[in-house]
Amino acid sequence: MAEPAAGTPGRKSGAALMSLAAMAAVSAGFKGFARYFSGVLGADAYVKYLEHHAASGHDEAPMTEREFWRDRNDRQDTHPQGRCC
Amino acid sequence: MSDVPDENRPQAASGNQLVTDPDLPATTIDPEVLAAQDRNWTPAKIALWVAIALLGGVSWVMLAIIRGETVNAIWFVFASICTYLIGYRFYSKVIERFLLKPDDKRATPAEYKADGKDFVRTDRNVLFGHHFAAIAGAGPLVGPIIAAQMGYLPGTIWIILGVVVAGAVQDYVVMFFSMRRGGRSLGQMAREELGLIGGTAALIATLLIMVIIVAILALVVVNALGESPWGVFSVGLTIPIALFMGVYLRYLRPGKIMEVSIIGFVLLMAAIIGGGIVAETEWGAAVFSLDKVTLAWGLIVYGFIAAILPVWLLLAPRDYLSTFMKIGVIVMLALAIIVVRPEITVPAFSEFAGRDNGPVFPGSLFPFLFVTIACGALSGFHALISSGTTPKLIEKERQTRFIGYGGMLMESFVAIMALVAAISIDRGIYFAMNAPLALTGGTVETAAAWVNSLGLAGVNISPDLLAQTAKDVGEESIVSRSGGAPTLAVGLAHIMQQFIGGPAMMAFWYHFAIMFEALFILTAVDAGTRVARFMLQDSIGNFIPKFKEASWRPGAWLCTAIMVGAWGAVLLMGVTDPLGGINTLFPLFGIANQLLAAIALAVCMAIAARGGTFRFLWIIALPLAFTAVVTITASFQKIFSSTPAVGYFANNSAFARALADGKTEFGSAKSVAAMEAVVRNTMIQGWLSVIFVILSIVVIVTATLATVRSYRNIASGGKSSSSEDPAIPSRVFAPAGFIATAPEKELLAQWQNLPPERRAEKAGQH
Repeated sequence: MAEPAAGTPGRKSGAALMSLAAMAAVSAGFKGFARYFSGVLGADAYVKYLEHHAASGHDEAPMTEREFWRDRNDRQDTHPQGRCC
Repeated sequence: MSDVPDENRPQAASGNQLVTDPDLPATTIDPEVLAAQDRNWTPAKIALWVAIALLGGVSWVMLAIIRGETVNAIWFVFASICTYLIGYRFYSKVIERFLLKPDDKRATPAEYKADGKDFVRTDRNVLFGHHFAAIAGAGPLVGPIIAAQMGYLPGTIWIILGVVVAGAVQDYVVMFFSMRRGGRSLGQMAREELGLIGGTAALIATLLIMVIIVAILALVVVNALGESPWGVFSVGLTIPIALFMGVYLRYLRPGKIMEVSIIGFVLLMAAIIGGGIVAETEWGAAVFSLDKVTLAWGLIVYGFIAAILPVWLLLAPRDYLSTFMKIGVIVMLALAIIVVRPEITVPAFSEFAGRDNGPVFPGSLFPFLFVTIACGALSGFHALISSGTTPKLIEKERQTRFIGYGGMLMESFVAIMALVAAISIDRGIYFAMNAPLALTGGTVETAAAWVNSLGLAGVNISPDLLAQTAKDVGEESIVSRSGGAPTLAVGLAHIMQQFIGGPAMMAFWYHFAIMFEALFILTAVDAGTRVARFMLQDSIGNFIPKFKEASWRPGAWLCTAIMVGAWGAVLLMGVTDPLGGINTLFPLFGIANQLLAAIALAVCMAIAARGGTFRFLWIIALPLAFTAVVTITASFQKIFSSTPAVGYFANNSAFARALADGKTEFGSAKSVAAMEAVVRNTMIQGWLSVIFVILSIVVIVTATLATVRSYRNIASGGKSSSSEDPAIPSRVFAPAGFIATAPEKELLAQWQNLPPERRAEKAGQH
């Protein structure tokens, strides 16, 4: 995942390269964590819906992002999900 | 044991050999390869597990035997993690291999019912976090703290060993059976397996238990916020913050959940800091210092409004906030404990471990310790989450071990950390904070005198220490702040200030802890009210069909009002109880939660028996027997004990007699009205215990009868049956555990080489 560092010109000193690589690794790690966290929050639900829609070969157009989230919340109104103590 | 009937088929538990698409790579790792992998004990692997076992063993010895004057908190971390690893690697594999027999050739509901909305294949690691966020809340942060009255060791042993053989087993087994049934709920499974009587008893028990659990969680919040202007201001601000987030997501930027969660988090921090400034001002202290009764009424009104508002406006955004805080806080707490490594001075067994008159909760160690610590060791409420929501998102059957069993181990770890935080504070402060007002007298002088009169080894506190601690955390007083949350907050502030910020930050950390506990609890209160309302609507709908229509406003409002009224009444009872609400009600909470666990395990036992698996039925029967014995004993003591502090009815008659004798004060009740309140409360609490225990016994007996019937049927040559959905061949593959193994990586590579048009839709994005 540390491509940006590997692609920088070789003229830089070893230490600079190392710190660049470390920064890239940190940034990659942070991005991975952010992606993971948004998955846990369910923020990627629309993307997954689109994937499902495309894969299952529907004729009609998928819901827009706004429509999707409205539909999702409205369904939660009638199908409440417990939260534990 | 050879005559025990057991249909011990290695794989393909459904009987018919599933044939997966021959054009696709395998959808499962070859069972032979799996077995070989488990048997292949390389020297490195042996060394690793020996090291884990040794470290765990040494840590337990440090905690249980060597303990000198103090014991370092790091031993709690090592003892728990090593035990979890061993339980996960060895015991959960036994459950997988001999009891549940997951088959990755079978499609999961997320695959065969895929709709892109409720049934969505989800990356296992993401689902682990999601499931964990749904099961973990304020429970594991409260129970262990209240149980610390008996010393650290009984609680530690129950939390760590209990989760390995009971709590995680329940979550795993319920999740698996629900997944095999298209994500059916516990209630539906109970109805199917136990018939009308058992099913109805399970439904009523679940409904009542939810009322009790919501009420007592609400009581914890009220106790934490009473007379605390800082807490009331900052927790109160979470409502407008959540409303703002809801509007933002609905109208401004739909779907930008991460973005709005970060905004919400920043606002939350501002609310905590702002609370400190407002509480300093004269008007702020005047406006936001609310007594507990006012707060309880506020919470009841809030609970009703929140449960009838649309989900998008309040519940969903606060849920994001709560998840965000949950994971952040837990990571932070773990880091802080590992970095700070506080020394614990609390004894392993306190003076109260051998008595039944502890001030924090009454009753002897057995059975009451095991009901006081519910969440973290064994929590029946999890069965409601593990059935229904999570099973609809699982990608492959074998992942249930990681998500179900592993997720619960994680919650247990949270409970251990909460325990460590609570016992890192001075024991004198602990008792002054957690004993009811009737004992401490409410002022620093009376509280210090009372604590010192207990004769606890090494405990001698001064009024100044109590006053100074209150000042450090930015509160008026910390005396008799029962409920667990404030104690955890003091403990956390104590540890966190050594990690970040120093003593000046203590008040911030204290209110940070109160804030996140309140957030978890308010979310649980809302969601619990909604779920209970739907259950009630559904039940009434069997007689008056109109009630089944979720969109019929009068029905929804009426049922919401009934549910809020029910928990509100229990909450008010707790808030005004002259004996101290937490002290009398918390055992009821624990009993309710554990009885729900008994119900869930009983249903699972009936399911496994019907499927013909008898040789390993003890995996379910063991925790079932334990929790049944614990909760039924606890209930019987609450009902029949002649010790007034323990038995509700004994207390009731003691106060009734005092009233009849014309006394105007008795025990901790200082007026006739207070004595009448005790008579009323103990009668209600006693009858609730009676109803719970009867319903649970009905469920356990019907499940046992169903199990015996299945045994006879199979012993006499009958066929096993099941209420599972029919097996459908899977067309996807994903690894089972946290990290993919070598054979899994190999198989994944084959799937990745497949031309895109032949691949089923992509799995989770990781």
